Amino acid sequence: MSNVFWAIASGIAVGTLARYLMMRRDVRQYPSYPHAVVNHLSLGFLAATLGAVAIPALAAEEYTAVTFLALAATQFREVRSMERQMLVALETSKLVPRGKDFIEGIARTFEARNYLVLFIALLTSGVTFWQGSLLGIIAGISAVAIVRKLIGGKAIKDIAKVRAGEFRFEKFNLFVEDIHIMNVGLERTRKIYEERAKAVVLEPFNDNAREILANVGQRQAIAHDAASLLGIYRDVDTAEFTPLLRRNIDTGRIGMIILPMEPDTECLLQAVRHVPVLESAVAKPLASRAGRCAAD
Amino acid sequence: MAAVAIDGKNVSGVPVFSAKNEEEQANMATILSRVLEGVVHDMGNGVYIVVRH
Repeated sequence: MSNVFWAIASGIAVGTLARYLMMRRDVRQYPSYPHAVVNHLSLGFLAATLGAVAIPALAAEEYTAVTFLALAATQFREVRSMERQMLVALETSKLVPRGKDFIEGIARTFEARNYLVLFIALLTSGVTFWQGSLLGIIAGISAVAIVRKLIGGKAIKDIAKVRAGEFRFEKFNLFVEDIHIMNVGLERTRKIYEERAKAVVLEPFNDNAREILANVGQRQAIAHDAASLLGIYRDVDTAEFTPLLRRNIDTGRIGMIILPMEPDTECLLQAVRHVPVLESAVAKPLASRAGRCAAD
Repeated sequence: MAAVAIDGKNVSGVPVFSAKNEEEQANMATILSRVLEGVVHDMGNGVYIVVRH
């Protein structure tokens, strides 16, 4: 068989494999539905095919074939909006919603991973075409390994100290240490808080982290992840037990209160520490002169 | 969304539910919060308000 065939075949194979490996069916249980996995694997296969044919087409002086890459961009934007629409539609059935920022982050990730698949397939087929299958597959697998490392992103544990906190009521006002959380009107509700609630304090390491934790979407993502991993003591008609994260506006520290089904503080801290830092929440005041000057 | 007060004092502008005593007031506020899917806040002057956040 010709080296064009092997270039395209190896590009498609390595690209599709890369999409499978990038699909993290992790603790957040997404995408764990079998049909969502099939959807994304199929789209990954298409992305890999588009990437794999580009270089053999160019070599054959079929320059119009490259316009297919533009088609890919449209296709992947569609993936993003499909994911966003689905997650927004499901939001109302969550006891603790993900929040718009988290959804946008997930949708953007799905789009970006298809581009990565396209580039991996392009690289694999290009190297196979000019250097042979063995080197092509080695290049492809190395690219997959590098990409898997790069897409990791930061977690809350990288930007803040996460520790257990104390909570108390001052009359009807609930505080986590010095952070006011909310006004809890009913005595019976306060009693349930005293029996079941857990408090967590997040202390940002620097001004960048302080601004990330100030983002309301980031805080909602923390509440969602903690509630989905440890379970939440609430139902649709008990809104007063919604987990809340509030900010000390003097220091930027965050106080969190939650009523988990599993009352294990260490597991709760683990859950909070591993929440991803959302791309939309990232702020870097320390990268600017004004930010550094204000930080001291 | 609503307020619960003893004898309807100190409140206007929202639907007000009058209770005879504190116990009845707390019960009414609980029922209202469940039905309206809201949260009960204490205004500190003997009035509970039910708010949907």
